[in-house]
Amino acid sequence: MGLLSDPVRRRALARLVLRLNAPLCVLSYVAGIAWFLALVFPPLTQRTYMSENAMGSTMVEEQFAGGDRARAFARDFAAHRKKSGALPVAWLERTMRSAGLEVHTQSFSRKLPFPDETHERYMVSGTNVYGILRAPRAASTESLVLTVPCGSDSTNSQAVGLLLALAAHFRGQIYWAKDIIFLVTEHDLLGTEAWLEAYHDVNVTGMQSSPLQGRAGAIQAAVALELSSDVVTSLDVAVEGLNGQLPNLDLLNLFQTFCQKGGLLCTLQGKLQPQDWTSLDGPLQGLQTLLLMVLRQASGRPHGSHGLFLRYRVEALTLRGINSFRQYKYDLVAVGKALEGMFRKLNHLLERLHQSFFLYLLPALSRFVSIGLYMPAAGFLLLVLGLKALELWMQLHEAEVGLEEPGGAPGPSVPLPPSQGVGLASLVAPLLISQAMGLALYVLPVLGQHVATQHFPVAEAEAVVLTLLAIYAAGLALPHNTHRVVSTQAPDRGWMALKLVALIYLALQLGCIALTNFSLGFLLATTMVPAAALAKPHGPRTLYAALLVLTSPAATLLGSLFLWRELQEAPLSLAEGWQLFLAALAQGVLEHHTYGALLFPLLSLGLYPCWLLFWNVLFWK
Amino acid sequence: MAAAMPLALLVLLLLGPRGWCLAEPPRDSLREELVITPLPSGDVAATFQFRTRWDSELQREGGLSVLLKADRLFHTSYHSQAVHIRPVCRNARCTSISWELRQTLSVVFDAFITGQGKKDWSLFRMFSRTLTEPCPLASESRVYVDITNYNQDNETLEVNPPPTTTYQDIILGTRKTYAIYDLLDTAMINNSRNLNIQLKWKRPPENEAPPVPFLHAQRYVSGYGLQKGELSTLLYNTHPYRAFPVLLLDTVPWYLRLYVHTLTITSKGKENKPSYIHYQPAQDRLQPHLLEMLIQLPANSVTKVSIQFERALLKWTEYTPDPNHGFYVSPSVLSALVPSVVAAKPVDWEESPLFNSLFPVSDGSNYFVRLYTEPLLVNLPTPDFSMPYNVICLTCTVVAVCYGSFYNLLTRTFHIEEPRTGSLAKRLANLIRRARGVPPL
Repeated sequence: MGLLSDPVRRRALARLVLRLNAPLCVLSYVAGIAWFLALVFPPLTQRTYMSENAMGSTMVEEQFAGGDRARAFARDFAAHRKKSGALPVAWLERTMRSAGLEVHTQSFSRKLPFPDETHERYMVSGTNVYGILRAPRAASTESLVLTVPCGSDSTNSQAVGLLLALAAHFRGQIYWAKDIIFLVTEHDLLGTEAWLEAYHDVNVTGMQSSPLQGRAGAIQAAVALELSSDVVTSLDVAVEGLNGQLPNLDLLNLFQTFCQKGGLLCTLQGKLQPQDWTSLDGPLQGLQTLLLMVLRQASGRPHGSHGLFLRYRVEALTLRGINSFRQYKYDLVAVGKALEGMFRKLNHLLERLHQSFFLYLLPALSRFVSIGLYMPAAGFLLLVLGLKALELWMQLHEAEVGLEEPGGAPGPSVPLPPSQGVGLASLVAPLLISQAMGLALYVLPVLGQHVATQHFPVAEAEAVVLTLLAIYAAGLALPHNTHRVVSTQAPDRGWMALKLVALIYLALQLGCIALTNFSLGFLLATTMVPAAALAKPHGPRTLYAALLVLTSPAATLLGSLFLWRELQEAPLSLAEGWQLFLAALAQGVLEHHTYGALLFPLLSLGLYPCWLLFWNVLFWK
Repeated sequence: MAAAMPLALLVLLLLGPRGWCLAEPPRDSLREELVITPLPSGDVAATFQFRTRWDSELQREGGLSVLLKADRLFHTSYHSQAVHIRPVCRNARCTSISWELRQTLSVVFDAFITGQGKKDWSLFRMFSRTLTEPCPLASESRVYVDITNYNQDNETLEVNPPPTTTYQDIILGTRKTYAIYDLLDTAMINNSRNLNIQLKWKRPPENEAPPVPFLHAQRYVSGYGLQKGELSTLLYNTHPYRAFPVLLLDTVPWYLRLYVHTLTITSKGKENKPSYIHYQPAQDRLQPHLLEMLIQLPANSVTKVSIQFERALLKWTEYTPDPNHGFYVSPSVLSALVPSVVAAKPVDWEESPLFNSLFPVSDGSNYFVRLYTEPLLVNLPTPDFSMPYNVICLTCTVVAVCYGSFYNLLTRTFHIEEPRTGSLAKRLANLIRRARGVPPL
């Protein structure tokens, strides 16, 4: 502090920052990226370990043997489903009741803001069926959930079969201390959302549903199951939930424990975990998994119906049975035993899962990076914005001093204070215009879809996506020279002030995003920071403009899609990528309206206007 | 519990006026102390002290008590023990009284587990014992089996061995039929040396469930997040045509700060104004909220009583050792006079069976019911009481100190003070120059 309060040294330090600004920025950016890449190497990535005492020490013996029963249930369910074309509610009710559960149904309906072309639905109405296993001698204050989301296609029948067989097995046991809810939802995530909202008696997304008849206290944990074949080669686990929320790491540890115990092959992001972490191969494979996780988490969409539970602070994950061409296969008994073990251990919980990490990254199933270790990566990237802002501030300040010194303008006017000199008045117009563009981007596509369909030969979903793109592009062509009308300042000071504000705005936004959803914050920082730091109305403007367009939020989304498919070893062609991009735009808007995902408003109301400010800076003259 | 269609078996044992207190006893022959503590988990802990222990007493006697085998009784969904002591008149003019002691044990067996999925049962399957002899001390030793036929058409169940007599009475407003097995009747046991009562359903009892009670209730916490929430109580009146009032008593801990203006009561979509409200606000760390309301429940309706609350931050020493488990909120208590379907006649205490005379009805047209809803588990904002918590505290301190200095630096302007070398003449000259508007020397 003494260094900064001494004016002479302070000026020297300022000169240093000014002179070394560009190398420092490059160094900081490179350090950020390098830190992120280093996360997969052993000192930064650690082995996972079970923190929760209640789940650690006791070993349970799994006794589930209802494989045939599960298959029979699955066959019946599939047959009834095929016959009725929807969820066979009556059959499910009957079967659950004969298994000794307390059965309730819940009907719901939802009109989507525009037709969902990926899932082919618009006016959705369905029925959820759930059965409650009441724990003996307990007061129904706590419960666990096993849920199977059923879509419109005929998948997940085996999961329903296994759920029913497990329910029948669990019902015969006397050791339950928490109620267990067996939930089968229709229209996959929409049904889950409807049930969760009704269970917690809130209405977040405008879903219409009948109130629940039976409840079982506070839900402690949930497991979602997706199985579409009688045998599986591996179980894939999905943890990323709505808005990048993650379940407590202990739940994942629990799953991994039973994978090891049952000898099951378990994958994360569809990738096996590398065995050898000492050579370069292991970390490289871990980097692929890590990048996949970052992309998935950044998308902010629930990857499985578990993702919706996380909003209500219910720790949850999705298990997906994968049936590929491997030789060795596991039957439903193995999967059932893993689930039984998990539920018995969760049954032991005395408190909600809270001991382990809530914020982590996973380079492999048994390795994690904690928040303390990955945050510096984002910190270094944001430091670039801070350094640039500091430089601009000092330049503005110095320019002012410089103006006064040589001019020595004689006159009675006292020198203006520096803050007034920045000329905030000229910034009002660009700020307002870009925010208005953001608002238009957020509101108009869904509101104006009917107008669009009347005047153009497009369907509603197409209309929404095309309006989105049109408004997005129109933002670039807006008049960016309002400052000439408003202010008569020196031209340089105007864009510098605007860029200063934009840099601080961007740094604040990215900082907040990185705190709640690191992946999204880091991804956006990696792409937006260089262009934001470089943007100025001098020099190779076309190059800057190309860079700025390439790193705009929409281009980042497109690039992420290509990277994602590349990492999944299913590369995209350009046309496919474009189609996927359009579908992703529509899905993003839909997910905001149906589940309350925040990525769309965040991009349209926050980052897009901010990005427009840089565009504005670039075309200041 | 409803799904299991449990069998409630009420074993009542009487050591009544004819037992201990036969003659005029000395006053302190039965020394007693009773402490009743309601627990927030919905239980009521009652601590009795008697000079005689009742289980040892029972084990020796035979009779019905041979059925009380601990490992079976604790394998059940629910059990409750109770002791009732009250004065009873010894003659018509009530010149002298005796003390009556009743000990009750209620057990709910999970028919689904004990019956392997069927709802048939037998004494042996439930208790792993059969009855072999009557209690030698008892003057009356009977087993009652509820065989009420809810389906009007035909017989749906059969009991084996067939009962010698049946008994009909109005229990909680409905007519019930009981099969009676009198153990003192020598023919009953002597035939086969033991008595194993069995009940078989003739048809699968899917639709044979006893009708739901007229009054039942549900309670839950709604909302998410750790700031606000809502307590909702659903009151069901399933009576087809009678409305009746219910007294609802809520005690809510102070750390849930109730917003009383958000209290809403709706039945059938309309606002239901309670005829009486008594509210005593909470005082932090001293007393809980007390909310008492008299609500009229319309016939065949669901009434929702909801009130919003805010979760308070406790002092860090006030958290329980398991703060992440959540905090219990005690159940609502509902008291009501529920209208009967069949008018009951006043009971003759000495003649009627014991289970009927425990809560005598005063008025035949309705009966008194007190219900407790389920307790709730509410999570409060909980700091992480571990290493990271300390780290956060430390970091906050460091940040606070840094913030102070940086704020100081940013808001002050620093000027290099020129050494005061000028003479008096120069300062005077500058004064004049300033007055003329010319830059100083």
